[in-house]
Amino acid sequence: MDLELSDEQKMLADSVGSLLDKRYDANTRLALLEGDGDGWSRELWKQYAELGLLGLTFDEQYGGAGMGAGELAVVMEQFGKALVLEPFLATVVLGGALVAAAGTPDQKQALLPSVADGSLLLAFGYAEPGSRWSLTDISATAVPAGNGWTVSGEKIAVIGGDSADRLVVTAKTPDGAVGLFVVSTADAAAVTRAPYPMQDGLRGADILLTDAPAEALGSPADALAAVESVIDVATAALCAEAVGAMERMLWLTVDYLKTRVQFGQPIAVFQTLQHRAATMYVSLEQARSAALVARLALADDDVDDRRTAVRAAKVQIDLAARHVGQEAVQLHGGIGMTMEYPVGHYLKRTTVIAKTFADTDTLVRQVGAAGGLISA
Amino acid sequence: MDLALSKEDHAFAERMREFFTSEIPAELRDRVARGEHPTREDIVTTQRTLNAHGLAVPHWPVEWGGQDWTPLQRHLWAEEMTLAHVPSPIVFNTAMIGPVIAQFAGQEMKERFLPKTANADIWWSQGFSEPNAGSDLASLKTTAVRDGDEWVVNGQKTWTTYAQYGDWIFNLVRTDPEAQKQRGISMLLIDMRTPGVTIRPIHLIDGGYEVNEVFFDNVRVPADNLVGEENQGWTYAKFLLGNERTSNAGVGILKNRIIRIKALAGSLLDDPLFLSRLTRLEVEIRSLEMSVLRVLAREASQPVGMPDPISSVLKLKGSELQQEATELLVDVLGPQGLAYRESVEVPDGFTPPPEGAVDALPTYFNWRKASIYAGSNEVQRGIIAKAILKF
Repeated sequence: MDLELSDEQKMLADSVGSLLDKRYDANTRLALLEGDGDGWSRELWKQYAELGLLGLTFDEQYGGAGMGAGELAVVMEQFGKALVLEPFLATVVLGGALVAAAGTPDQKQALLPSVADGSLLLAFGYAEPGSRWSLTDISATAVPAGNGWTVSGEKIAVIGGDSADRLVVTAKTPDGAVGLFVVSTADAAAVTRAPYPMQDGLRGADILLTDAPAEALGSPADALAAVESVIDVATAALCAEAVGAMERMLWLTVDYLKTRVQFGQPIAVFQTLQHRAATMYVSLEQARSAALVARLALADDDVDDRRTAVRAAKVQIDLAARHVGQEAVQLHGGIGMTMEYPVGHYLKRTTVIAKTFADTDTLVRQVGAAGGLISA
Repeated sequence: MDLALSKEDHAFAERMREFFTSEIPAELRDRVARGEHPTREDIVTTQRTLNAHGLAVPHWPVEWGGQDWTPLQRHLWAEEMTLAHVPSPIVFNTAMIGPVIAQFAGQEMKERFLPKTANADIWWSQGFSEPNAGSDLASLKTTAVRDGDEWVVNGQKTWTTYAQYGDWIFNLVRTDPEAQKQRGISMLLIDMRTPGVTIRPIHLIDGGYEVNEVFFDNVRVPADNLVGEENQGWTYAKFLLGNERTSNAGVGILKNRIIRIKALAGSLLDDPLFLSRLTRLEVEIRSLEMSVLRVLAREASQPVGMPDPISSVLKLKGSELQQEATELLVDVLGPQGLAYRESVEVPDGFTPPPEGAVDALPTYFNWRKASIYAGSNEVQRGIIAKAILKF
């Protein structure tokens, strides 16, 4: 039974962690967040490329590092600790992974090396105004046109959609398949973007496609299965990111309890607060275990078992993140409510994580409908 | 959780399952599965069968009947035993006093007690808690005063589980009233048939009888019944309580509860509110199980008997989940669980109640104890807080 990180994974965690320790203090992050630029650092993006992070899970023949979900989780946990703003989830974990999962060899060759070297940004558009969490209840359409397709429709809450060079979007083909289509954002007449900061400070956009020229990613008939698999991996990655964020919230809170003096003593002496901090630790441990379950489950060949296990893990993450995040702000008192102090930013990110791909009730319903986790 | 286990681990678990389901009578295991309490006879007979095959005390030193197993193998042994509804060996024997004697007692005491303890020829009781020494165990007041070759014991123990079955009791006693409170305590082995020992039952809110008060009135105990060294009892008690880092999580029992709830719930599984509660509970159990495996994976590198805040996390979370699971079974029974009854038999013409009608609510009431015993959950939060706040 090998549940600890391998030496290689520890080295990866150390190198990412020390880069972020040096380059991602709270003030630097706040300046990126509130500045006039992209909302993230293109210079750091280059450094991620140099570390091999932007092609982490792609095959080596496409410029990747050929690593697996374990290494992705290691990186995401570090990103969660630092609350990284760069569009790694959008470009690598979603966009790049979709190309790798659904694309033809030619498409992979055309796109993945550029993602890995940091020169190409991607984003994945799936949600629509009326779709809620369904991948298939969508209105966007794709129709054949010449050698390719044109796509029309409205995609919302597209993480990284503001800066992406290419979009990977879901759309229905005339025969009813939910296909994946690659659209260039350079065509301003066909692609209208309404960019915004998301609630957690990461950038996103709503996107209107009007007969946008598009290339089908692989065969539309096989696309949905690829999307679901990529979301499994991305969900496990979010679990790891959330664990990193929760851990940081707990230790910020512990430090605060020990240094904040009221009534002439550090507030850590009050048992009410001690027990609440201890209960946060219990939630963090449950979350850490759930993230590990999710990562291990990705190796399961049975798709249904894998999906149920990952979804269940995400439920645990959501519950823990809500508890840890709310308590972290509460135990900080007023300072926890401010933009200048980091703890609230962690609450914002983990809250958005809990509403990414699906919400808790949806996941619970799906896991329950699959018969749950425990059987004779 | 299968993915965390190697092929060898799976084979080991399979071997255990095979043994438990073929060597322990199905009739007994079925009764346990239906929520009935095994009798003293059931427990003793089972432990002897296990012991005959080297499976009663695998975590003991090999020379005293233990197996040279990894922490994970020991966990799989206990887990498969629970899942097969085999009554566990007497915990006071195998998990508590046995390891203490093996670790700290002299050769004569080991030879005198360990084989009988492993084989359930002695049923041990635990004499720790007192009316004014619960969470603050070190404030215990039962005294042992040396008189020639004997100790004379006076005082009272309480919450003594199955003292009505007990042959011997391992007692924490104060042997140095002058010392700082943890330092004046010794561990004494007392034959419960000695004159001056009186047992009084305590009836619990579930309607059952499992705990007792035990009174000691000038009980004379041979001097060589003192474990290890005089005034080192607190060290042994901490060793005893810190020995089982993961068993308090009770993951096997939790799984059994979920399986039974699903088997009995019928159309209630179509109720989204019920299914949501059940599913969330399963999610938490799965995480708890992985927490246990994480502890086991790193246990090999940690000294035995060292307390660790993770034990507190497992106990705290495990007990909360146990209590939630007992509530779900109550909801499954509905009005058919409300009558207090000893069996499912009813007079002619009446509809027999479903399985679970006898035990659902009593189990719910009984398991309120889980957040109180073995260090209340408030004490556990204190331990965790101390570890993370480092004060």
